[in-house]
Amino acid sequence: MSAVRVLVGTRKGAFVLTADAKREQWDIRGPLFAGWEIYHLKGSPADPNRLYASQSSGWFGQLIQRSNDGGETWEPAGNAFAYDGVPGTHQWYDGTPHPWAFARVWHLEPSLRDPDVVYAGVEDAALFRSTDAGQTWAELPGLRGHDSGPSWQPGAGGMCLHTILLDPVNADRIFVAISAAGAFRTDDGGTTWRPINRGLKSEGIPDPQAEVGHCVHRIAMHPARPGVLFMQKHWDVMRSDDSGESWREISGNLPTDFGFPIDVHAHEPDTIYVVPIKSDSEHFPLDGQLRVYRSRTGGSEWEALTNGLPQRNCYVNVLRDAMAVDRLDSCGIYFGTTGGQIYASSDAGDSWAPIVRDLPAVLSVEVQTLT
Amino acid sequence: MIRVVLPTHLRTLARVAGETLLEVPAPATQRRVLDALEAQYPMLRGTIRDHVTQQRRPFVRFFACARDLSHEAPDAALPEEVSSGAEPLLVVGAMAGG
Repeated sequence: MSAVRVLVGTRKGAFVLTADAKREQWDIRGPLFAGWEIYHLKGSPADPNRLYASQSSGWFGQLIQRSNDGGETWEPAGNAFAYDGVPGTHQWYDGTPHPWAFARVWHLEPSLRDPDVVYAGVEDAALFRSTDAGQTWAELPGLRGHDSGPSWQPGAGGMCLHTILLDPVNADRIFVAISAAGAFRTDDGGTTWRPINRGLKSEGIPDPQAEVGHCVHRIAMHPARPGVLFMQKHWDVMRSDDSGESWREISGNLPTDFGFPIDVHAHEPDTIYVVPIKSDSEHFPLDGQLRVYRSRTGGSEWEALTNGLPQRNCYVNVLRDAMAVDRLDSCGIYFGTTGGQIYASSDAGDSWAPIVRDLPAVLSVEVQTLT
Repeated sequence: MIRVVLPTHLRTLARVAGETLLEVPAPATQRRVLDALEAQYPMLRGTIRDHVTQQRRPFVRFFACARDLSHEAPDAALPEEVSSGAEPLLVVGAMAGG
């Protein structure tokens, strides 16, 4: 019997939501790590019982938690994230050089093949890897050491590496995204990196088509078609058909193309989902109506999905890591809001219902499909 | 024995209840207490002082004998009452945020 396990990170702890394949009756467990910010938790594709969680607080810093039993029990793993060598500087908000300083882990990406290998995207932006189940961490310094590194500048939320996509076909290829530096790719397992931002246009930077400096909010990929990438940028929804070599805009008829998350249907590589947000200064849905938009054509043509979502007086946000899909036959879509709701659709977005309504502000949502 | 009182979140993390008792070589200092604490409870590494700089985290405070010792040098001797175990060293999460 198939089942789904939804891993929810919030401002004040983690929650694990489970249901059978019907996705009607949910068991809600938590808060785990109560009182701590859980930026992200994710399971290993190679061993679904192996979970990793990023636990942090303004008082006590960063911890990494690991579970070997699907989240029933947890143990602290290693939390020493030391930049390689002398860290150097990036640009501060005022344009002055600012020393690289570790703040927190935004995103954990377990290897597709080895449950003991996991990547961590951190603030200030860098990529770390552990090959011993999170006990020790080593930076992949070629990313931060890219020639453009000293010119990277934080976005309003900090200079975070928030997206890590592992290519399921080419094990040496990894995509990452950094706010507000842009997207980068390695083709040699993380030794060297180069920006992949050609085609992006950002009016908020001096040269709108600069090689780096773009505030990429999220990138998504379908595992069966890893050369095609979908991006939600600060403004603009973008698509690349050549592994990020070039991008073209696919915002089409979206009512606003600002937003944070983007994701791809589990079985239809050209069906994608975004949650349009009014603007960069008004982080809530247009007109108080929470609407997911779906394109079945790989972008440009979008339809509003509203059935079961609040259509009045709704002023929540949906953060970049807070949307995920399951792999059941009828693809399930899940997202969490800053108002603490987790909404789920078991019919690819046609209809929605809340699994739970009153959690702390949701930072991340991941889904495991268990068979 | 040195008596240390940890804040709730760190007691939960270290899975201890009440005070923590530590063997610390004389003279007892903040650094030696934290070294002993982290040796006994490795999961606390990085939570009270930074891994790399060894600096106290900004929102962590050290109190003892009704005094704030947070700004004392890490190698300064702790008060005799703490060294003797008559008074605990309090590790406190500062009042900040929510």
